[in-house]
Amino acid sequence: MGKNVSALCVGLIFGFGLGLSQMVNPEKIIGFFNLSDAWDPSLAFVMIGALAISFIAFRYIPKIKKPLFSNNFEIPEGKIINTKLILEAIIFGVGWGISGFCPGPAISSISYGYFETIIFVGSMIMGALLGKIIINNFWKEKT
Amino acid sequence: MENFTPISSLSGGAIIGLAVAIFLYTHGRPAGVSGILIGLFTWQKRDYAWRIIFFIGLILGTLIYRLSFGFDETISMYESPILLIISGLLVGLGTAFSGGCTSGHGVCGISRLSPRSIIATGIFILAALITVTITLRV
Repeated sequence: MGKNVSALCVGLIFGFGLGLSQMVNPEKIIGFFNLSDAWDPSLAFVMIGALAISFIAFRYIPKIKKPLFSNNFEIPEGKIINTKLILEAIIFGVGWGISGFCPGPAISSISYGYFETIIFVGSMIMGALLGKIIINNFWKEKT
Repeated sequence: MENFTPISSLSGGAIIGLAVAIFLYTHGRPAGVSGILIGLFTWQKRDYAWRIIFFIGLILGTLIYRLSFGFDETISMYESPILLIISGLLVGLGTAFSGGCTSGHGVCGISRLSPRSIIATGIFILAALITVTITLRV
């Protein structure tokens, strides 16, 4: 129960932040990657704002005995830099650059009620499912 | 730089950071949207509900933002449906391979100074930069 309530609250706050920072608008993302006179540095400022808070959170919160609604912390400890990670980042970056959508803003943009965002989110879920199937069946590797 | 919105970007970013902090405190894991999505495909029923609820919250949170600021902002997408499908497939595929996206690697991972996340973020920003530079010229 607590887990579900906190997931709802975190989702609401996260979604509000995506709206306020306008990261939900693909035009802002494309504007950041368009290094011309129309360059829009907003994305960097969103990252600075988010990192300022989350940096402190990740420094101190994992020191408590256990999370409020979970038995232990599940923080990835992987340190291996491999082809899979690099390939992932390239595929993700190209996809992100084509539309200006990444997973969080894409899902939250459903609130604008455009059919296009539904198309994107549907394809993204199919892509994620496909990726998961590829990893589970053809690309077993320790990370 | 006429579209630059420093104040709303910084404050919106800080609100996202707050969401990440609360999630870490309550769930004990990074609030990476793709990580939460990928978890749906591990087929563990008892781990389903909160993920779906998080996504509903994400949509409602943006809706609340729109309600409180009078619905005058819109979002713009210029791509054809085919390009949106290709883009969606690539983003989904990419995140599935390493379970990280802008929030997972970019915010949570960099906060932990994770070398994997720092490298992934650097590469996907560079890849997006190259992609946008090419697509805007074509």
